[in-house]
Amino acid sequence: MTFSVPSSLEAQLDELATHYPVKRSASLMFLHALQEHFGHITDEAIEWTARKLGLQPINVLELVTFYPMFRREKLGRTHVKVCRTLSCALAGSGELREHFCKKLGLDPHAHAPQTTPDGKFTVEFVECLADCGNAPVVLLNDDLLPKVSTAQADEIIAKGKGL
Amino acid sequence: MPEQHKLILKHADSPGYTPDIECYVRHGGYEALKKALGTAPRELPDGKKLSAQEVVREDVKASGLRGRGGAGFSAGLKWSFVDRRSGKPIYLICNADESEPGTFKDRQIIHKDPHQLVEGMIISCWANDVKLAYIYIRGEMPHGARLLEKALAEARAKNFLGKNILGTGYDLEIYVHRGAGAYICGEETGLIESLEGKRAYPRIKPPYFPAVLGLYMCPTIVNNVETLCHVKHIVTMGPAEYAKLGTPNNTGTRIVSLSGDVQKPGYFEIEVGKVTLGQLIFDANFGGGLKPGRSLKAIIPGGSSSKVLKAGEVFKLNRKGADGQMTKVDVPLLDLPYDFDSLQGAGTMSGSGAIIVMDDSRSMVDTLANLSEFYAHESCGQCTPCREGSLWMAKGLHRLAHGDGRKQDVEYLSHIAQNIQGRTICAFGEAAAWPVLSFVKKFKDEFVARGEADEAAKSAGPSRELKLAASPNPH
Ligand SMILES: Cc1cc2nc3c(=O)[nH]c(=O)nc-3n(C[C@H](O)[C@H](O)[C@H](O)COP(=O)(O)O)c2cc1C
Ligand code: SF4
Ligand code: FES
Repeated sequence: MTFSVPSSLEAQLDELATHYPVKRSASLMFLHALQEHFGHITDEAIEWTARKLGLQPINVLELVTFYPMFRREKLGRTHVKVCRTLSCALAGSGELREHFCKKLGLDPHAHAPQTTPDGKFTVEFVECLADCGNAPVVLLNDDLLPKVSTAQADEIIAKGKGL
Repeated sequence: MPEQHKLILKHADSPGYTPDIECYVRHGGYEALKKALGTAPRELPDGKKLSAQEVVREDVKASGLRGRGGAGFSAGLKWSFVDRRSGKPIYLICNADESEPGTFKDRQIIHKDPHQLVEGMIISCWANDVKLAYIYIRGEMPHGARLLEKALAEARAKNFLGKNILGTGYDLEIYVHRGAGAYICGEETGLIESLEGKRAYPRIKPPYFPAVLGLYMCPTIVNNVETLCHVKHIVTMGPAEYAKLGTPNNTGTRIVSLSGDVQKPGYFEIEVGKVTLGQLIFDANFGGGLKPGRSLKAIIPGGSSSKVLKAGEVFKLNRKGADGQMTKVDVPLLDLPYDFDSLQGAGTMSGSGAIIVMDDSRSMVDTLANLSEFYAHESCGQCTPCREGSLWMAKGLHRLAHGDGRKQDVEYLSHIAQNIQGRTICAFGEAAAWPVLSFVKKFKDEFVARGEADEAAKSAGPSRELKLAASPNPH
């Protein structure tokens, strides 16, 4: 597959770069937009970003490896981020993540992101999502779900399987 | 019974209140901006003349406003440190990274009343001669980022933002910048590096104080979302009236995030210092008490980085008597007024205003193990004591929490923590060390008992299977 950024996206990114007196500042915003479009960050996306912003590819790669939200590998269509941190843990987020993993045939003890072989789900633990009053919290793709029960987890799984 | 005092969240949760500019303007929005822009220059008794902008800066100082992001530093004083003689542009950054565990207050403002933040920012920018500003919002709030972008576009369309704002000749642009999941971007110099398109490695201070050498090595103001919202209300009310809210040196209101083992977790806006920790946890107006049959064990009073408080503790606080003399008085934990100075007096901090409550069903070993994992994961890795120490503490606590502890783990953990604090580039080092130091000191028996039990079990039989889960950190 050849790498190509649609012209509308490129125009949007060119505009974004004008928000900063120094173009390099736009790199995080570029990576967000490219990840949204392509699903993950490929070598080509890194090189493209570097070229656009007048950087070396390493300047972009070091961001991708530093910031947890950027991914080098393809993610599941349904991306489940369960909050691991204290308030959610007190409300049972550990058990909730285990439930997701077991139901999806993933290793319930592995901490890092895991994707199901059919590419439908990625499950991972993330740190405090800033909604601790609604613990346990799940970020489902872009949507924050409060007080998630195991029954709700089953619904998410059922829905995700159909996608 | 004390009640909430809603200044920042006055409208946010009212039925029918929406985040668009029409609704905001209907509720008196952008009147404070107009008032600020129309401020008259002031002549001081000594003949010194203050420009309109200087008047607003002085008012913010006089209001006593303290930063709501964590450190509680005077906002007016911070603004006064800005290097205005360098000839370089001055930048302002709104810290909307909201990532201190336990904190969920800025989220309410961003999602429900984004224009309040935008108005507070425009006023603050104008008062500080800022022409370009950014809102740095954490990556995990994509909807919040879109709401803010929409709010900025609406403000631009109404000429509250952009070129020649309301005909005053003042130009300002504000852009939204998204983080990407790293806690350290909340630290202001890490945030600045991140906004420059780099890894969020905090800068060493001195020399890199943002007020002098900030974004692009220019003078920069970094303020929290809630802090910037307060500026709007200081302009509306006037500093004297504003300072009547709260208590001396702890003025105004603040939004408290309450979570953990309470009946009604949630956010509550209070006058600073007018409500006690006990009231926040137990009153029906606030947390509504603990779960049935439970008793209080511990309170984390100001975000996960603050030192833990133990049920039953009594603190010696300075109090001004009727004669104006300072005396030391005994204040039990639950009677601590929730404000900056009282919590500091109790050896901890009110930090980001986030209270996490633990009842007697909780193991302090497991609780601390959870927190340490956070710090091990989030250390940026620049300083050896923080990078290695946070990982060692997490590994040690993981062992202790999973049946492989040792009696001397308490000493081991405090030893590491002591060797982190004060030896790092940024305050993350303290943030990682303080929970460990305070938990291990105040709940020492529990940590020792766990270690002893594990050792006894091990010596009883070598075949005992250890139930160690995967290493806590993928680092
Ligand atoms: C490790 C660390 C994390 C921080 N995280 C945040 C944060 O998420 N949000 C925030 O407003 N301030 C955070 N701060 C405090 C900022 O460095 C800075 O003091 C604050 O944004 C200043 O704003 P204020 O004076 O209005 O409080 C953090 C500090 C440290 C050391
Ligand atoms: S103290 Fe920790 S987080 Fe702060 S700069 Fe050093 S390594 Fe990074
Ligand atoms: S601890 Fe889970 S949202 Fe804060």
